[in-house]
Amino acid sequence: MDLNAQIVYFLQQVINGIQLGSVYALIALGYTMVYGIVRLINFAHGDVFMVGAFAGFFAVSVLGLSFLPAIILAMIVSMVLGVTIERLAYRPLRRAPKIAALITAIGVSIFLEYFTSLNFVFGPNYRTFPRPFEVTSWNIGGVAISNILVIILGVSLFLVVALQLFVTRTKVGIAMRAVSFDHDAARLMGINVDTVISITFAIGSALAGAGGVLFAIAYPQVDPFMGIMPGLKAFVAAVLGGIGIIPGALLGSLIMGQAEVLTTGYVSSTLRDLVAFGILIIVLLVRPTGLLGKSGVEKV
Amino acid sequence: MLLEVKDLQVAYGAISAVKGVSFGVDEGEIVTLIGANGAGKSTILKTISGIVRAKAGSVLFAGAEITQTAPHDVVKMGVCHVPEGRRIFANLTVRENLLMGAYTRSDGDAIKGNMERVFQRFPRLKERLSQPGGTLSGGEQQMLAMGRGLMASPKILLLDEPSMGLAPILVQQIFDIIQEINQSGTSILLVEQNANMALSVANRAYVLETGTISLSGPAAELRANAKVQEAYLGEAGALA
Ligand SMILES: Nc1ncnc2c1ncn2[C@@H]1O[C@H](COP(=O)(O)OP(=O)(O)O)[C@@H](O)[C@H]1O
Ligand SMILES: [Mg+2]
Repeated sequence: MDLNAQIVYFLQQVINGIQLGSVYALIALGYTMVYGIVRLINFAHGDVFMVGAFAGFFAVSVLGLSFLPAIILAMIVSMVLGVTIERLAYRPLRRAPKIAALITAIGVSIFLEYFTSLNFVFGPNYRTFPRPFEVTSWNIGGVAISNILVIILGVSLFLVVALQLFVTRTKVGIAMRAVSFDHDAARLMGINVDTVISITFAIGSALAGAGGVLFAIAYPQVDPFMGIMPGLKAFVAAVLGGIGIIPGALLGSLIMGQAEVLTTGYVSSTLRDLVAFGILIIVLLVRPTGLLGKSGVEKV
Repeated sequence: MLLEVKDLQVAYGAISAVKGVSFGVDEGEIVTLIGANGAGKSTILKTISGIVRAKAGSVLFAGAEITQTAPHDVVKMGVCHVPEGRRIFANLTVRENLLMGAYTRSDGDAIKGNMERVFQRFPRLKERLSQPGGTLSGGEQQMLAMGRGLMASPKILLLDEPSMGLAPILVQQIFDIIQEINQSGTSILLVEQNANMALSVANRAYVLETGTISLSGPAAELRANAKVQEAYLGEAGALA
């Protein structure tokens, strides 16, 4: 390859990495927000993403909806699922040891995967996701920019900005940050902590649902176990950025997207997952608080 | 009585922290609860505000039973608890901390007005408005904690050791402000280890010893009481 071709190839990889990283970001935000507020790694989060993708699938294939109504429906379905999981599985364990909630989360995850695998639910097979629009692509100096990329970036950016405005400009958003810092102090302000936790699950799950639809549009297949890998990788991204920190989830996700795509592009696609989990191990060893996390020194 | 605590018992598992305590705060009063570390003062305030549940007995506010009321509803009724150690939201700006104090209110103009009054009382907070709460000094954090409490326009303010860890000049300032707040119509239940200061601003006082009230009466009388002087006011009575 001449130099020019190499540069084009590299840029193409980077763009693919941004696309993947944006989807991870939508999942990682939910992990990090939920961890921030209840200190729980919600291992069922990847499965909420999966249900979102299926909701999008049925919205397009059965209801014949176009992209926007389909993704909104998927977000609503995921939101209801996330809030229900919190209400039924996690809330009763709020005062129990953390390990109980963690094991429950794993249980919920396995339940969702195998329950949806039943024939009268989604069924165990892969299904092709019908894209709700024509795929076109523009050639910019040799680099292919598809409308899929534009849509994924546009939707992700919109949701991230909306989330940022919500947590900094609205009363409930500020209360969410207050609760994540100190539950009892938040109660003394008159904040209904349970309600704020439900809202956090609602938002995190809706974002995962949107991520599910975008993922299924980019890599057009859905199946009941499709949430496992993206879920784990988004979790690694959240840890990499600093779990509990919203901008950290974005940063971690973009890095994860690049790491994975560049590994596939320059080394081997079989090493892709190894790199992802290698990052987790390195972060946990070298800087467990993540890139943006403080080293835990609190002012007395 | 605005606030009435009757035969209150509170336990943490097998440890009983409050063993049958009764007292009250009348409208317009400053009442202080003094006692050594571990006597059960903070536990009583937490039970009133609802973040700790009573084992027996009751708490009444303006005649209504609030013993089992959720903390956020207690705040709505007009009871505001400024906790020990301030519990500022370090990750929120000063302004956001104050807004959280007004969480139960929805009238934007009233919130603005309250914020202006807080700034008049604590001008330092206005200078620090967009700084994270965690970067304030101890004295500023205490001011923020009290200002945040006032944002709810409470009928009664429960203050848990507002002078803790502050330099003497700041302690004086905080107690002056407590009196001002009271004069503008807010009743106050003040928990203190600094018995001297507390007794000098309070109308009435209760002495708490390992979960029971051992003495009570007008603050001036308790201040003159030999036992109180020995245990809580004298040099030898350094509060453990
Ligand atoms: N969360 C808790 N768990 C167990 N014991 C507690 C807890 N909080 C307070 N206590 C115990 O209850 C008693 C009263 O504590 P507290 O109300 O904090 O006293 P004070 O505020 O007067 O210093 C003490 O013996 C203390 O150790
Ligand atoms: Mg105390």
